[in-house]
Amino acid sequence: MYKIAKENLPDLYEAIAETNTLYIPVKKAGQTNFEQWTRSAEVDIKTLKTVKSPKDAFFPQSENLYTCGKEGKKITITLEALTDESFVVFGMKACDVRGVEVLDKVFLAEPVDTFYAARREHGIIVAMACNEPELSCFCKVFGIDCTEPSGADVITWLIGDELFWRPVTEKGEMLTDSVKRLLSDGDDAAVEAKREEISKIVSKIPNMRLSLDGWGRDDKLERFNSPLWEDLYKPCIACGTCTFVCPTCQCYDIKDYDTGHGVQRYRCWDSCMYSDFTLMAHGNNRTSQMQRFRQRFMHKLVYFPTNNDGMYSCVGCGRCVNKCPQNLNIVKVIKAFKKEGV
Amino acid sequence: MQELINRTKELLADGTVARVLGWRRGDLPTNPEPAYFNDGESLSEFVYNGFCGANLSKYMIEASELDGRTLVFLKPCDTYSFNQLLKENRVDREKAYIIGVGCKGKISEASLNAIGIKNVIDVKGAELTDACDTLTIETLTGNTTCAYRDAMLERCHVCRGKEYVVYDELIGDSADTVDGDRFDEVRKIEAMSPEERFAFFKAELSKCIRCNACRNVCPACSCRKCVFDSTKFDSAQKANSDSFEEKMFHIIRAFHVAGRCTDCGECSRVCPQGIPLHLLNRKFIKDINTLYGDFCAGESAEGATPLTSFTFGDAEPGTV
Repeated sequence: MYKIAKENLPDLYEAIAETNTLYIPVKKAGQTNFEQWTRSAEVDIKTLKTVKSPKDAFFPQSENLYTCGKEGKKITITLEALTDESFVVFGMKACDVRGVEVLDKVFLAEPVDTFYAARREHGIIVAMACNEPELSCFCKVFGIDCTEPSGADVITWLIGDELFWRPVTEKGEMLTDSVKRLLSDGDDAAVEAKREEISKIVSKIPNMRLSLDGWGRDDKLERFNSPLWEDLYKPCIACGTCTFVCPTCQCYDIKDYDTGHGVQRYRCWDSCMYSDFTLMAHGNNRTSQMQRFRQRFMHKLVYFPTNNDGMYSCVGCGRCVNKCPQNLNIVKVIKAFKKEGV
Repeated sequence: MQELINRTKELLADGTVARVLGWRRGDLPTNPEPAYFNDGESLSEFVYNGFCGANLSKYMIEASELDGRTLVFLKPCDTYSFNQLLKENRVDREKAYIIGVGCKGKISEASLNAIGIKNVIDVKGAELTDACDTLTIETLTGNTTCAYRDAMLERCHVCRGKEYVVYDELIGDSADTVDGDRFDEVRKIEAMSPEERFAFFKAELSKCIRCNACRNVCPACSCRKCVFDSTKFDSAQKANSDSFEEKMFHIIRAFHVAGRCTDCGECSRVCPQGIPLHLLNRKFIKDINTLYGDFCAGESAEGATPLTSFTFGDAEPGTV
């Protein structure tokens, strides 16, 4: 265990950025999101939840795949280069790290997504325990411990005026070695006391005790056919807020952009809430907003665990709970089914 | 609220309306959601208080396609949106039974968060029958109070008034909530140098995540199919490709709703990134007022409007 005084954190960021691209929560025009660190950036590691999850670091909202050009009668195809330089994502919370593990199940399974795999290989996750979990959090429901994030390379805790730092993987050890001159020895007892303190807050949050009875891989058609969806989807305005702030939503679309002298083939996040989601040449297999709305929750709570040994593709970060324009969210869906006893 | 429920039950029972469009209690006091109620029994979940900021008028496009009349609750500002939709033949007046509900300003959890009040478990003082001057709030970490107006949405600080421009009956009192000038923020931006102005909008609009919440909630954005959703269009509505494209989306949208935007403020209320989108629309409103005389979209469902009619006295391009 190591530690560093909070006032020396800018030096730590500087040291990390010497050999890595550093992504960190930055406040811009009043909102905090993960951004590439620069000396002038307003770093904000106090805000619990960034608006968007940090999944962009591994799976950007838009990215080029290849570019086609035409020179005379010759057509050129240039593949987009894969990430080959290391980067650090600093300050990811336990739920967001689990979010990346969910993405791994999708993108690292055969056929492997090489763009994603390259980023996972070169990415180093420095996670941070949640000092003040909020009312909208429900990570514990999915077995996530926000007092000690798992799946990261380094775990940190912000305690008083110090940041405690514990490397947990080989990558984490290497990063630690490169900044060791800034760290001093830390004491496990302080971290244990902090974890206890956080656990007490967690125990006060009602949604941390949300029951997932009836969800998961056991359910197949019962929930799908429930008349409840017809009622639940109604206020949905079919925007993509819930899907774009979500750490686990992984659907994307592939499109061509006419550059005027060629074609750029790119992919961008898609949203099951959008009317053109899964639109194909023959038409669309989901023709109503009810079907699209149902898809989002069935995917997270039924289909994904069915296909991935029971792993849910919701991590309980609560971003959709905070951000839905009309106050719909996955917690309300779970509670509605519970109430109806379906 | 009981008065609203009682009257609604009567209208359902005597067959005046087939269904009700209102708000349903959420799992927290801060998160009621728009909802349909089909019978008196389901009204046990009906709620109307300070947190019911959602403008229900746009849902009436869909409700106009249903059999029978839909009872809809509209706040004074919402009635302008409904009237504008009426003017554009997007809603059917015969299919709507409008109860104009009193409004003492709308509040939101986001506004509470902005003044440092988080994790709200319970709120007292936000019912229509309350004075709505102080909120007593229970949070995860203890109790607190705040002035009602400190939790109000931006739009309520510059509220256009308590008048309903279309309704069948009225229930509940409204309060004066104005404590600012609607165009102050616009004037501040007008006073900036072009470089400062560009930097301001660049910083704000580059936060956009292309969720389209502003467009989808907007009662003026009522095209059956948005040009940005076309598969033949080069610029996908969901691709967050560079900051220029985001600006283009928001500027095109502002132009498209110019002269039709009633300044209901829903775009800014729903933006997950807190972009003050209403400023673009308000600049247009201010310019229209300056160039063509005071005009308020939605005030009337009849008559010519400045941007859709021509007179020889019209401003020439390049005037502004």
